[in-house]
Amino acid sequence: MFDNFMILFDAPVFSVDLLINGMLIGAIFMLAAYGMALVWGVMDVINVAQGEYVMVGGYVTLVVVKLGLNPLLGIPIAALVLYLLGWLMYRTVVYRVVDKDVFTSLLATFGIAILLAQLTNQIFGADVRSIDTELGTWFFLDDMVTVAVIKVIAFALALFLGVVLWLFLKKSRTGQAIRATAQNARAARILGIDTHRIYAITYSLSAALCGAAGSLVVMAWSIHPYIGLPFTVRSFMVVIVAGLGNLPGVVLAGLGLGAAENFAGFILGTEFQIAFVFILMIVVLVWRNRSLRRKRKYLK
Amino acid sequence: MNNNLRKFSSFMFGLLAAMVLLPGTANAKVEGDTITLGAAVSLTGKYSTNGMHTKNGYDLGAKIINENGGVVVNGKKYKIAIQYYDDESTPARAAQLAERLINQDNVKYLLGPYGSGLTKAMAPVTEKYQVPMVEANGASVGLFTKGYKYLFAILSTTEQYLQTAVALAADVNKDPKKVKIAGAFENDPFSQDISTGVFDDAKKFGMKIVIDDKLPPDLNDMSATLTKVKALKPDLLVVSGHAKGAALAIRQVSDMKVNVPMLALTHCDSADIIGKFGKAAEFALCASQWDRSLSYKDKYFGSAEDFAKLFEKTYDYAPPYQAAESAAAVLVFKDAFERAGKFDPKSVRDAISATQMETFYGNIKFDETGKNIAKPMVLYQVQDGEFKVVAPVKWANAKLRWPTPPWSKR
Repeated sequence: MFDNFMILFDAPVFSVDLLINGMLIGAIFMLAAYGMALVWGVMDVINVAQGEYVMVGGYVTLVVVKLGLNPLLGIPIAALVLYLLGWLMYRTVVYRVVDKDVFTSLLATFGIAILLAQLTNQIFGADVRSIDTELGTWFFLDDMVTVAVIKVIAFALALFLGVVLWLFLKKSRTGQAIRATAQNARAARILGIDTHRIYAITYSLSAALCGAAGSLVVMAWSIHPYIGLPFTVRSFMVVIVAGLGNLPGVVLAGLGLGAAENFAGFILGTEFQIAFVFILMIVVLVWRNRSLRRKRKYLK
Repeated sequence: MNNNLRKFSSFMFGLLAAMVLLPGTANAKVEGDTITLGAAVSLTGKYSTNGMHTKNGYDLGAKIINENGGVVVNGKKYKIAIQYYDDESTPARAAQLAERLINQDNVKYLLGPYGSGLTKAMAPVTEKYQVPMVEANGASVGLFTKGYKYLFAILSTTEQYLQTAVALAADVNKDPKKVKIAGAFENDPFSQDISTGVFDDAKKFGMKIVIDDKLPPDLNDMSATLTKVKALKPDLLVVSGHAKGAALAIRQVSDMKVNVPMLALTHCDSADIIGKFGKAAEFALCASQWDRSLSYKDKYFGSAEDFAKLFEKTYDYAPPYQAAESAAAVLVFKDAFERAGKFDPKSVRDAISATQMETFYGNIKFDETGKNIAKPMVLYQVQDGEFKVVAPVKWANAKLRWPTPPWSKR
């Protein structure tokens, strides 16, 4: 462990490699977390099917490629298909549990997660799939830092989608209605907002974000039907660390988490990679609780 | 309502009692002229691809035996039938189904499931009921240290998988003591056993172990390990994590342009690394239980190549070794029934334990722990888009290409 740490001192160039590759996968977590934060904040539903939507998005892109289209076209198509799937899931399942307590909705979305994973397995098989975009790799600093071009595209797109979503929530009428519903659903209803429509849009939007993320995952990494859980866990963590309703926080937490995870994997060994992230989450929560308590004292 | 409930529960009790009390026949699951073998195979869940290879192998084995006169016991001809259940790739379900096959379906001869984890779950059950199980897909060496008497494996055990690769690295490098070896192994029984085998051998050669990473089962990104590989420049990188690990390694080694003179993997053929990654897979070394080019043969399937052709004709894809070993497991049962001359599980077990046969898959002879000690592993290398056997020398049909050139020159 100490040896690994010393490598980073002897050859700092590897820190750059770790940082970049970590932030690139962090951008994917960020996209999925965006959707989760949205659904959680607006509907008070913790959607544990988030990772499965990412996975389905990947498979949609696979189909797109099989049809002979450019893989990059898969990104908007996956987003669209997942928007529809999200809408379907909302109309059939989620709307029944949206006002119930959090455990009911947890169970319902868990059910959706299992259903999607098993269905995908039935249709596509359990093989690991991936798509080669043939975009190549960039080299820096004596070939020691390598960045696959598709990962850079994924990164840029994730940030771009983040900004678009932020603008949408801030400026558009629907975005304002979403925010109003999040603040006080009852008041929003009294003022003439169709909250069920808003819920449906929010949930579908979240699924669409996951779809785009999944499309990027299959091009930059790989997917199989049971890959959902790590993404759900990561996005859950990102939302917790960022704090609800804090979208810039989601960006920072997503990127930071990806990088932290990579450094932990390098220094401690990959077996502690995920453990490290969980410890980090506990530390953040304890720290936040303390600072909140201080604030409460001050208010008194 | 209450009355109804009572009626319903007494009905259920009756049903349960009937199920428990119904006596099994003495020569269970040899009915008329059919011997029924039982198997719980992963038809859904994460092992479903390999589960399908396993089932196809069993089916083809049974079909060939039935077409060639069946099993002849004391002059009477029997056909082989196989009763399947889906274990959903979960160990708990596999153990349940073993109980079900033995107790409810009265099957007294089991074929193994896919994978070491599931075999580990089923073996205590078959042992408890003293039902022989011939398995073809549980290679973990830990299965054979528990003193099981009714478990037989026809494949080479895990610690042998990549030992050939270590020996090869020692052979091609001038001074084995200067060889640096890096390993990334999934944190599951199978891959950890492989890691033990590799590192034990590496130590014997005096090699230096520079990386020993355990990949978590849900890992989708091994860039941290590969950055370490770039930094420490090992002469041999060994990665094992079923099909997912093989795909991940090929994908990321090429994406990150990691230069390593020798890369050794498991599960290359079931991950279809050549079909999926093309040129990026070149030079990779892969452990395999079996290859169609090997010169084994038997009177049912003919040569290994004949088996491969028949399999392709029947199922429309080239047989991975998981299918070949599964077909061979059925042959072991046939041979044992004929030598035992009777059907009680104990006699069949003893006959299996005395097996000594040559099949298209390789020679089969079990040691006292139940593992096959008569068949070596082979090592493939991906050369010009094909798997070529490069080691051991006796079976090699191509020369090792070493060292792997750096990515800038590929």
